Amino acid sequence: MVNIPSSIDDPIPPAEVEDVELYHSHSWWTTYVFSQDAKVIAIQYSMTAMSIGVVALVLSWLMRIQLGFPGALPFIDAERYYQFITMHGMIMVIYLLTALFLGGFGNYLIPLMLGARDMVFPYANMLSYWLYLLAVLVLVASFFAPGGPTGAGWTLYPPQAVLSGTPGGQDWGIILMLVSLILFIIGFTMGGLNYVVTVLQGRARGMTLMRMPLTIWGIFTATVMALLAFPALFVASVMMLFDRLLGTSFFMPAIVEMGEQLKHNGGSPILFQHLFWFFGHPEVYIVALPAFGIVSDLISTHARKNIFGYRMMVWAIVIIGALSFVVWAHHMYVSGMNPKFGFFFATTTLIIAVPTALKVYNWILTLWRGDIHLTLPMLFALAFIVTFLNGGLTGLFLGNVVVDVPLSDTLFVVAHFHMVMGVAPIMVVFGAIYHWYPKITGRMLDETMGRIHFWVTFLGAYLIFFPMHYLGLLGMPRRYYEMGETAFVPPSAHTLNEFITIMALIVGAAQMLFLFNLFWSYRRGKDAGGNPWRATTLEWQTPTTPPPHGNWGKDLPIVYRWAYDYSVPGAAEDFIPQNQPNPDRISREHMS
Amino acid sequence: MSVILIFLAGLAVIITWWMAQQRLTSKPWLEVGRASDPARYDGSSIPTAKIGLGVFLAVVGALFTLFISAYFMRMGLADWWAIPIPGLLWANTAVLALSSMAVQWTKIEAQRGHIDAVKFGLLASFATAVGFLIGQLYAWRELVAAGYFIADNPANSFFYLITGMHGLHILGGLVALGRTTVRVWEGNAPLGKIRLSVELCAMYWHFMLLVWLILFALLAGWANDLVEICRQLLT
Ligand code: HEM
Ligand SMILES: [Cu+2]
Repeated sequence: MVNIPSSIDDPIPPAEVEDVELYHSHSWWTTYVFSQDAKVIAIQYSMTAMSIGVVALVLSWLMRIQLGFPGALPFIDAERYYQFITMHGMIMVIYLLTALFLGGFGNYLIPLMLGARDMVFPYANMLSYWLYLLAVLVLVASFFAPGGPTGAGWTLYPPQAVLSGTPGGQDWGIILMLVSLILFIIGFTMGGLNYVVTVLQGRARGMTLMRMPLTIWGIFTATVMALLAFPALFVASVMMLFDRLLGTSFFMPAIVEMGEQLKHNGGSPILFQHLFWFFGHPEVYIVALPAFGIVSDLISTHARKNIFGYRMMVWAIVIIGALSFVVWAHHMYVSGMNPKFGFFFATTTLIIAVPTALKVYNWILTLWRGDIHLTLPMLFALAFIVTFLNGGLTGLFLGNVVVDVPLSDTLFVVAHFHMVMGVAPIMVVFGAIYHWYPKITGRMLDETMGRIHFWVTFLGAYLIFFPMHYLGLLGMPRRYYEMGETAFVPPSAHTLNEFITIMALIVGAAQMLFLFNLFWSYRRGKDAGGNPWRATTLEWQTPTTPPPHGNWGKDLPIVYRWAYDYSVPGAAEDFIPQNQPNPDRISREHMS
Repeated sequence: MSVILIFLAGLAVIITWWMAQQRLTSKPWLEVGRASDPARYDGSSIPTAKIGLGVFLAVVGALFTLFISAYFMRMGLADWWAIPIPGLLWANTAVLALSSMAVQWTKIEAQRGHIDAVKFGLLASFATAVGFLIGQLYAWRELVAAGYFIADNPANSFFYLITGMHGLHILGGLVALGRTTVRVWEGNAPLGKIRLSVELCAMYWHFMLLVWLILFALLAGWANDLVEICRQLLT
């Protein structure tokens, strides 16, 4: 794999750190099921995440059918609707996106892109997946538990989350939800330690931090954030579990329910909100930063140009990560707070927009006069940028206290966060899968199916969520399962709602086509070869494709350059792999 | 939530300090290596397992800091009645400190290569840590017997919650310590590995002792005065 020109006979200096000893599995079970190989774990994570994601997708259909054609599915009553919203939101944000970006892409890409043989703690890595699977199973079990899953909304705000008026509040629903979250967090922590420490310690020789692809920077920073933010959700979950099971009053105020004084007394729901959003806001960026990183690499590779402002991109990622820890309370404007704090949080929220905007500029400047190949990964990357820009603009409205108060809890908010947190990262997920599938399987995903998938998803998402902004401005509230004959809603809004629903069904169907493509191309896809995109990063330089256990054969790669040497003037090809040294003593300045 | 912000600020200092050494201002696009260049390993020379533990402790630290944050926020509300601290906790604290000292001593003996002393030290630390846990259970029983139930008052709830969480972490540490002990006993592990394992145990043990001391101060109410002072400073 080391493409050292034969003219060089200088010996490669010996490694000052020994190659790791690799765990070797001995049976089918430990190779494919209880595997400690990060690549297998990555695939396990991804498949589980996508399976549970399909559940969330089906739930969104059901909700949309109810909103567009109230009463069409008689089994959906108000309670069911709340349960669907909750499960849909929770699954999408945590069990799908977080798990896919960090557990899926993190596991697959970190060792390969950094030139390592595997993660540094493979056993903990394996446990991480199995705990995640257990968390998912507990979550699924809540659909079948008496009383069904919780219907408290994905924010799980107490007191209502544990009251009998909320579906699952006094049944199993909320308990299983909290237990599932706790398991997820423990599992994630095991995985997260791996991702962080592998980046710190597992890099190949010559792979300095500033030579890492931005994908890794994004995943790395997001993981650090997740490791620090998830404990807040853990604390909130444990305390709520105590309130629900042991009758404590951490969050539960004195409440009279159905004429009966509950045993709770004096607890503080606001305390929960603080803990929740201390996790919840960074969570947005935990999903966004890996997406930012991946998109940068997709754009650079498919526009055959180096990423514009690499250093700034790295700093922006780090700064966004740091700032997002001090803005959580902007989600609580409606809970009332000291105006001075309100001002502080509003300001920091707006400040985050600066590095974010910078990233968008840099992407656009990278594309500028690039040799843009409209491949599927590129299409999805472009779709991401457009969507993100859009969502960011509406976000500026919501970051503002004055505007947020009337709009909060309308469909405007729903449309906004679906654009930024839903559609945008999902576009990156798709782009990344189209990009790396050839490395994972050795085959290309089918192009025709891919193009249909792209256009339906991209245009469809806009047709779903653009009208939704408008409905929100009309004042249509979120989390309402039925409008009834409310006076302020004009009849045209009903038609619009029907339209949105039909689009949602079509977009959903396109995802089925995508899943089919994943299976179909595994056997019948075009042969991809080792480096179909002619990319520079290390994962494309493995001696065999798909990479075997241990990734690199006998010798670890050595890194000589950054990840973005595309279209270098004077070079024989329009890309130079990271493990290719400069042949002679002429430096880059002289060549150009 | 100011406690967790202070904790994060501390971490931010460490992270910044580390990043300052990583040449984040370099211009990688100008720095292409040649085949003859000694491409160097860029990670730290500290053992990877130790770095892993360090990162893990940061997470555990964040966890307990968040519990403490919640404690302070909840404490400000009207229905809070401080819980009397069982005298037994003093004894438990001493036992845990003893355990920590035992691991430290084991670590030193491991460095010197005295395997027999290591065996003894590991057993001693294991036993004292188990003693601590049993002591904590007795303290719980004492409180329950005196009529301080978990749901009666938020101070009680926090007491059981926080001591329970700490106990679980000690229990987790015991698993690691137990595995190290077994490995030393079997006698076929290389000395370097044993040293590292013992060192990791020591790190974890000291950390959990520190956490316990802070929690103890908190539960015993000494921290309240501190908070009071801070509050006055802020207003
Ligand atoms: C085809 C795509 C999707 C459709 C049609 C859809 C539809 C919906 C609908 C109808 C609601 C309930 C709105 C309300 O009445 O309050 C909702 C809520 C939500 N969705 Fe989606 N969604 C989609 C994709 C996603 C994705 C990819 C995410 C990932 C972040 C996501 C995250 C959420 C969240 C967090 C909520 C809020 C749940 C709550 O209020 O507790 N959705 N979605
Ligand atoms: Cu936020």
